Amino acid sequence: MVKVTIDGVEVSVEPGTTILNAARQIGGDVVPPAMCYYSKLPGTGGKCRTCLVEVAAGSAADPRPMPKLVASCSTPVQDGMVVNNKSSQRVHDNRGGVVEFLLANHPLDCPICDQAGECHLQDLGYEHGSAKTRYEEDRRIFEPIDIGNKIKLHMNRCILCYRCVYVANQLTDKRVHGVLHRGEHAEISTYIEQAVDNDFSGNMIDVCPVGALTDRTFRFKSRVWFLKPMEAERSCSKCCGKAVVWMFGNEIYRVTARKDQFGEVEEIEQKTAWLCNDCRFEKKEVTDWNVLGPRVINRQSVISQGKYATTIDKPVKRIS
Amino acid sequence: MTNRKLLLEHLDVPGIQGIDAYVKHGGYASLKKALQKMSPDEVVEEVKKSGLRGRGGAGFPTGLKWSFLAKPEGIPRYLVCNADESEPGTFKDRYLMEKIPHLLVEGMILSSYALGAKTSYIYIRGEFMYVLEILQNAINEAYAKGYLGKNIFGSGFDHDLVITPGGGAYICGEETALLESLEGKRGNPRIKPPFPAVKGLWASPTVVNNVESIAAVVPIVRDGGDAYASIGIGKSTGTKLVSACGNLERPGVYEIELGLSVEEFIYGDNYCRGIAKGKKLKACVPGGSSVPILPHHLVTKTAAGEQRLMTYESLADGGFQSGSMLGSGGFIVFDEDQCIVRNTWNFTRFYAHESCGQCSPCREGTGWMEKVLHRLETGKGHLRDIDLLADINKKIEGNTICPLGDAAAWPVAAAIRHFRDEFEWHVTHPEEAQIRNYGLIQQPLVA
Repeated sequence: MVKVTIDGVEVSVEPGTTILNAARQIGGDVVPPAMCYYSKLPGTGGKCRTCLVEVAAGSAADPRPMPKLVASCSTPVQDGMVVNNKSSQRVHDNRGGVVEFLLANHPLDCPICDQAGECHLQDLGYEHGSAKTRYEEDRRIFEPIDIGNKIKLHMNRCILCYRCVYVANQLTDKRVHGVLHRGEHAEISTYIEQAVDNDFSGNMIDVCPVGALTDRTFRFKSRVWFLKPMEAERSCSKCCGKAVVWMFGNEIYRVTARKDQFGEVEEIEQKTAWLCNDCRFEKKEVTDWNVLGPRVINRQSVISQGKYATTIDKPVKRIS
Repeated sequence: MTNRKLLLEHLDVPGIQGIDAYVKHGGYASLKKALQKMSPDEVVEEVKKSGLRGRGGAGFPTGLKWSFLAKPEGIPRYLVCNADESEPGTFKDRYLMEKIPHLLVEGMILSSYALGAKTSYIYIRGEFMYVLEILQNAINEAYAKGYLGKNIFGSGFDHDLVITPGGGAYICGEETALLESLEGKRGNPRIKPPFPAVKGLWASPTVVNNVESIAAVVPIVRDGGDAYASIGIGKSTGTKLVSACGNLERPGVYEIELGLSVEEFIYGDNYCRGIAKGKKLKACVPGGSSVPILPHHLVTKTAAGEQRLMTYESLADGGFQSGSMLGSGGFIVFDEDQCIVRNTWNFTRFYAHESCGQCSPCREGTGWMEKVLHRLETGKGHLRDIDLLADINKKIEGNTICPLGDAAAWPVAAAIRHFRDEFEWHVTHPEEAQIRNYGLIQQPLVA
């Protein structure tokens, strides 16, 4: 085991653990945000640069600080490493810069975006972004396209995290989509407009941190915070059948995988609980599912709106 | 100063492209010497002694790089030559490969022997197809003579040399992107660690070297590392190819001894012979487009008033505040009529076009800088844009996966640092800025 100190909190982790995963073991405020890293998809990470942290001491053997900020998702810890995340102004400034870059070409169409309310870029913008933009140029524009009959791609909103490409690489047998062009013109696209047709392609929607890939069976049906997330399961021959169904009254509006506090699909019985397209897109009747009970929601999340009585709802002082 | 030539010594020999003329003038003697009289470690030792530093731009000691190569049992090792020379202003490798292709071929076999690589690759830029043919010819000749293939010079050393063209992407000059491209994938730089010396081509230990570095191994083995180290000053040893271009009386590729003064290089009769048409020097980019620009008063003298020399240390004297870098040796000179804003925009346009788009600061930042600079150049900018640019490049620098982000940020930062008044002039004199640009390309290269 190696010891690493992150924002003054010491933690012992397995050798080879990345700084980000060590921070996740501590939890709370010291966890750097991650837009492209996805622990369930090997190979992801290093691209978005939002998880940059400052290494104040490389290791006990060589306590020199690292000159550059490092991507915590792809830098393994060393014994005696001292890392500053929240406590470093330099990290805060540069992360703000990265958020500004991510938002530079983003259309900011949250009011009509299905991801609003559960969007990582929204959270990140709220924490690090500034209220005004300095970007006066024309934003790059793509037409939304359908990839397959179930998934819509809004390239304008994409931050090119490559997660969906890794899903296609690792979950489906034949990858038919990837990144075209380069630089500012890079875009996610299907191989010569070919439709993505695979039983597990729907998981792209779950891993997408923004509203670039959305569920066509749910688009514009409802805002996510009007729905009640319920844990549900069904027996499925293709996948684990353990999902979250988002209900309004007695109707199922959409089905997603169960996600943990970092927005990643949960592991159930040591296996990542990916969903097949049947469960995700076809099974929208209450009779299809065995609804287990309400899903625990983070109180700070916008999805908890109206679902818990908050202190502000209670009368502070009786007015008579 | 004497002007010894190690690489371009036989440049004027007729037919030096062919193997017969090359062998007649001492070619493949180093290879014979190494294979018959030296062990691989002795070759590495000579290169270490020579103090040869990577000629691709970073200036990392080649011998040290070689000694980092992991040597696990049962896993092949590879040597890859980076001939993807695409930095604006740099054309020395192309010149060397075109004129004396056998020097690179000999260097490749020699270096592979030192590293224990059974197969080596030359990854050549896609635009250099005619150079590829020249090199392929040279390789075929070497195979025919038995300098490549099985049991070279009866030493029991087998070697195969393969040449592969890239698709013409600047980013594939970054070593890990080059390896990705060589493996047949999209040329995105890899996240380091692991470094190529541990996990490179096909997850095997790999050394990636510049053309000129590999060619320089030939004279090092021939004359010995100490003889090579005796040329030059301090840690800048040996000779360097410099491709001089811009407003010079006699631009071209020169082989110089490191330690030559910059003044001698620009104005000397043996070199560039001064600024074209008798104009005055305005600025100089001494090491390819990605290094900071130097204003005229810092080109021949450092900020401390010392003479500036063509060495890694002297050109970097003063840090980025008043210095630059030797870089890849793309020596670009501007006369008094050149517009620094336009030049900076041009460089940035290049980087915006060539960014791979993998990590966000570089993908969005280079495009953003290009747009702001284009606005400034065409007289549509605001004074606040200058500070905005300075801030954007601070957010890019050091925060990217590969050095392309730095390469895009440094020239802009330096141009603003040294020529801020010119940027301001573009804002305060928008009409003049537009008139001056009349007739020139106005739209960005990337539509």
